Amino acid sequence: MDEQYKMTVNAQETPVIEPGYTFGTVTEKISAIVLTRPASNGWFVGFGVAFLMTMMMLYAIGFLFLKGIGIWGVTIPIGWGFAIVNFVWWIGIGHAGTLISAILLLLRQSWRNSINRFAEAMTLFAVACAGIFPAIHVGRPWLAYWLFPYPNTMRVWPQFRSPLMWDVFAVSTYATISAMFWFIGLIPDMATLRDRATHPAARIIYGALSMGWRGSARHWHRYETAYLLLAGLATPLVLSVHTVVSFDFAVGIVPGWHTTIFPPYFVAGAIYSGFAMVLMLAIPIRKIYGLEDFITELHLQNAAKVMLATGLIVAYGYGIEAFMGWYSGDRYDAFTLWNRLHGPYAIPYWSLLICNIFIPQVLWMRKLRTSPVALFLISGVILVGMWLERFIIVVVSLHRDFLTSSWGMYYPTRWDWMTYIGTIGMFLAAIFLFVRLLPMISIFEMRTLLPEAEVKE
Amino acid sequence: MKRESTYGIMAEFTSAQALVDAAKLTHQAGYQKIDAYSPFPIEGLAEEIGFHYNEVPLVVLIGGIIGGLTGYLMQYWMSAVDYPLNIGGKPYHSWPAFIVITFEMTILFAGISAVFGMLALNGLPMPYHPVFNVPRFSSASKDRFFLIVFSSDPKFNPASTRQFLEGLAPRSISEVPS
Repeated sequence: MDEQYKMTVNAQETPVIEPGYTFGTVTEKISAIVLTRPASNGWFVGFGVAFLMTMMMLYAIGFLFLKGIGIWGVTIPIGWGFAIVNFVWWIGIGHAGTLISAILLLLRQSWRNSINRFAEAMTLFAVACAGIFPAIHVGRPWLAYWLFPYPNTMRVWPQFRSPLMWDVFAVSTYATISAMFWFIGLIPDMATLRDRATHPAARIIYGALSMGWRGSARHWHRYETAYLLLAGLATPLVLSVHTVVSFDFAVGIVPGWHTTIFPPYFVAGAIYSGFAMVLMLAIPIRKIYGLEDFITELHLQNAAKVMLATGLIVAYGYGIEAFMGWYSGDRYDAFTLWNRLHGPYAIPYWSLLICNIFIPQVLWMRKLRTSPVALFLISGVILVGMWLERFIIVVVSLHRDFLTSSWGMYYPTRWDWMTYIGTIGMFLAAIFLFVRLLPMISIFEMRTLLPEAEVKE
Repeated sequence: MKRESTYGIMAEFTSAQALVDAAKLTHQAGYQKIDAYSPFPIEGLAEEIGFHYNEVPLVVLIGGIIGGLTGYLMQYWMSAVDYPLNIGGKPYHSWPAFIVITFEMTILFAGISAVFGMLALNGLPMPYHPVFNVPRFSSASKDRFFLIVFSSDPKFNPASTRQFLEGLAPRSISEVPS
């Protein structure tokens, strides 16, 4: 099957990896970014800005701890504001990394080999950003550990019938498995860096991280089994995580939340926004570090096709939501639809439709799918659209539910914005460090793509 | 383990194909305790040196079963035995609500077993290993392929083993000090 895939890839004009590379040159090219290339001024400026944004986030969170969540825009009836919007947005972005590293591995899509490493890094950092929000949203963040079942002097246990509890387990399992998957993928490359580093400190650090990997055939055998099994475990896991996130809403009775379409539509939306983030990172990185030979037009095209497909699933989800609002005959559901289209939050809703459904349709054009600039811009639009989607789901559903007497409005404050923009800074700062300190493309998996790696029995 | 003055004799090859062929011939020649090193996984290489099956799947299965049982029994005991609390009139043992966390715990334990099981079975972390004493071995993580016959092999003889390996047309041969 691999053979067949390679043949079809070769038949196209854009291969997975440009011809002319050997084991040595692939190794050199990727490891040189970490080991010998000096950090440019651009890197320092970029990292500096991202770091300042992180500090802004810490300032906003520090002030939150001092004053309480009254500094945010959340009020009853809108008890879930930016914190939950951003949580769902970030965790969704993370999903593309697991999709690329696990699901595409099981499907033997060898083009994933050059983007899985930084997509997994993106997952980890996105999950780290996501994890902040529920923790600071609980009101008394210093007691957030009450979410976990631990023996305590109050002699109580968590309430396992609540989707919010399921979410704690789903997200913490996801974070753990993603981190381990990423780490074991790095072990053979750490050995490469250990053997190639000249600075003694680098040799010791990469040596320790490589765990003494020496590439023994027995080790590779167990390694590949474990890697494949982890991929098999991560695949249902990633689908379950956003399903459980959607249960946080769908199990409730609020109009606009209580629908059975939520799990698949959330998962599709997660992958949609995640691939948009992959492209927003990959396009500048391949340009700046000259990796166009490894992250080729094929990768951009494939990512664009995934976005197009998942975008259509999301559009179907919106369609079914609207249809059910009318077909169910439930006046509250019908009102939710009307309120989205004509209510006080109509502008975000129409923007969401434009960003998520109308603009991405240009991806049907091959010319735009292969244009890095166009893809970068469209990905940005999709990320905005997916953020707006979560805003609509959380805020618009809550602000007008069954009783007109309990209607309200939500206005985010500067602290909401500072925290949100700050997490983007934290994410970018982590990415900046990652590209300098670790091989951003899996070196050993790239070697397996070269023609000289073929072995006949 | 008895100490030998040499750990083994190592031959260097420049292609994956050469390593697989050499491993096959060495194994066929009756050498049992051999190993091959490559910068990327080569399908079928482990079989050529006589390593057919590994225990990682079993470890993962056991881990997954333990995780699932832990997840379910934890929820059952906490919700129905130790702290029964009426939530919306649902039964104390409301098993459908327990499925999600049971699933997540299964994945978590199976995943942890896969990673730590693989590392433990491989004997990692192991920062020092005699093969690292060979200077050329640093290319094993880049573009070179190595085959070693360990001195603990019953057929091992410093002179004849070296001669045998030389017959496989390697790029270089080194003795690995222990």
